[in-house]
Amino acid sequence: MLKINSVRTFYGAIEALKGIDLEVAEGEIVTLIGANGAGKSTLLMTICGNPQARYGHVVFEGEDIARLPTASIIRRGIAQVPEGRRIFPRMTVLENLQLGALIAPPTCFKDDMERVFTLFPRLKERADQRGGTLSGGEQQMLAIGRALMSRPRLLLLDEPSLGLAPLVVKQIFEIIRDINREQGMTVFLVEQNAHRALRLAHRAYVMVNGLITLSGTGAALLVNPEVRAAYLEGGH
Amino acid sequence: MTGGGAETINFKSALREAAIAGGLALLLTLPLIGLKTIETSHGLVIQPHFADVAVTVLLVFMGRLGLVLAATGLGWPVLAIAGAVTAAGWLVPFPTDALRWLDIAGGGVVAIFASLALRSSRVGFDQAERDRRMDRIGARLQDASRLIGPAAVLFALALPMLPFANRGVVDLGCVLLSYIMLGWGLNIVVGLAGLLDLGYVAFYAVGAYSYALLAQTFGFGFWLCLPLAGVFASLYGLMLGFPVLRLRGDYFAIVTLAFAEIVRMVLLNWTSLTNGPVGIAAIPRPSFFGIADFTNSPAEGRLAFHQMFGLDYAPIHRIIFLYYVILALALVVNFFTLRIRRLPLGRAWEALREDDIACTALGINSTNIKLAAFAIAGMFGGFAGAFFASRQGFISPESFTFIESAIILAIVVLGGMGSQVGVVIAALLVVGLPEAFRDLAQYRMLAFGAGMVLIMLWRPRGLLAHRDPTILLHVRKSARQQQAESEARG
Repeated sequence: MLKINSVRTFYGAIEALKGIDLEVAEGEIVTLIGANGAGKSTLLMTICGNPQARYGHVVFEGEDIARLPTASIIRRGIAQVPEGRRIFPRMTVLENLQLGALIAPPTCFKDDMERVFTLFPRLKERADQRGGTLSGGEQQMLAIGRALMSRPRLLLLDEPSLGLAPLVVKQIFEIIRDINREQGMTVFLVEQNAHRALRLAHRAYVMVNGLITLSGTGAALLVNPEVRAAYLEGGH
Repeated sequence: MTGGGAETINFKSALREAAIAGGLALLLTLPLIGLKTIETSHGLVIQPHFADVAVTVLLVFMGRLGLVLAATGLGWPVLAIAGAVTAAGWLVPFPTDALRWLDIAGGGVVAIFASLALRSSRVGFDQAERDRRMDRIGARLQDASRLIGPAAVLFALALPMLPFANRGVVDLGCVLLSYIMLGWGLNIVVGLAGLLDLGYVAFYAVGAYSYALLAQTFGFGFWLCLPLAGVFASLYGLMLGFPVLRLRGDYFAIVTLAFAEIVRMVLLNWTSLTNGPVGIAAIPRPSFFGIADFTNSPAEGRLAFHQMFGLDYAPIHRIIFLYYVILALALVVNFFTLRIRRLPLGRAWEALREDDIACTALGINSTNIKLAAFAIAGMFGGFAGAFFASRQGFISPESFTFIESAIILAIVVLGGMGSQVGVVIAALLVVGLPEAFRDLAQYRMLAFGAGMVLIMLWRPRGLLAHRDPTILLHVRKSARQQQAESEARG
């Protein structure tokens, strides 16, 4: 579904991604783990065309989207849950969802809204409340719900566990699994919480300094000594 | 804090605070009031006014002392002294009238403060609590605006028929409505889309000159020129948009300001077209929808308004007609804004104001959305400009200086960005008050500045900053109260 081919991305003269190859097949949950500043978020942003890859190809459903503007990429069926959630704080939950649905056909709105509310009953309770007044976990739910409203075929998640209590992280990850299982949504997840991410994902990649150093099934990486030493021990 | 004075009063710190205030006053007033240049036969001479300075410093010192002591429990004595000082304002001779007013106003403020301190046994709330209270009042007011809005429209419709509506009143109404319309227009860019435009007057200028030039050169009537002026101003918005919309925040604001100045410079220097600083005079007045003219002696083959309706000729007919034209235009802008907020474009504008990065992540093409905001707000500015030119009958670049942009922006910001009712209230305050208090002469701008400072102190996000949701899921009678309550709970 998504094929990334020797992608190199630069911030000015600094090479943030030094030739990335990565693949996400339909119906999969694929995760990308790595330390702070490894370039995980940059890769996610590059898929969305902001910044654009200077070299290489990003192929989504057979089409190279690496040179398209962000809005066109999103309209092709990729939704992004940005890092730090970035919901619209002064607008209500319902208005946030409406904005997610802006590029979807208006006739689907009611059904999509119901689906998001079934997934996140808390959001229904708080539908008329301003986004900024929600708790961190609820805001993350809203960010995911808002992304789903655009009817994507590929969902990109950038550190959904950021700044959330462990119990809430667990809940969010369960929901991501449900979205994948029940709706067949393809998910590409960037995470620092390697333990949970690897247990959730079908396949995983490890990124160090702008390069993919390891890849394999989530279960295999979970027991890989290198991964254990670098990301799993002394924490979770 | 209890009002009984159970705690010891710290005179020392009160005196120190008052002394600091007095010192500041001395620093400020010494060059501003203390020295005055006077032209004599020997040239420019500096004349000292140290008595004025001394009185000012004394008043500031006493005022500050009064405020501090009232806050620490000495309500009654402070109230008595402040009352006495206020009374003294009328009896004792002062060096200048301005100082007399300072004395009366300052004494009054301290007296009010002291009596408030006595009543509530505490002085003021902390910032957060005050904000919450004001927000609640604002929300209630906005709730009430469902009724106030139509009532205000009815009042505006009836105004020219009311007994006190002489020429001056209707004229003032025209000016106010022009600014309300401009405020609503700029509100689209600043309030909804969140783009700080410091050069809105340029649209106004483009509209005004479009009308003036089209009417004079080609003899087009007002009703043909009005849409054309809108189109030209809109095109200017698009032209401005392409280079400017790549910028953000402060840089964006500065460049819009610069472009407005460019427009003014072009108008000043392109003498062959615009007549330069002399301006364009004898701009044709609007007719009654092209059917009849507002004149005592209509041209050959033309109908006059008063003949058409069998009235006696009166010059006020045209002014009343203009009043209704600007009222209709302003209501169009208002209606448009209220509708567009519920449509995808308006929603995208508001989202853009909140977080433009998130907008991009949702597949919203922010450049197009911003351009649309510029073009539409520009069109409304152009309409207002055409109206201005036709009402004045004379325009020059003088009318389109930065201060106009600043006033319109002040109306939007003071009203509470995005609030339609707020714009009306702020326009009444910002434009109406200085017009109403023309008698105060040069002090009216001082009062204007003081008013602005007060609003920014008390309502830093504008008078009516409460944002109404455009859609509610749980539609119940008190949906808004519920929202407020659940938010208060967190």
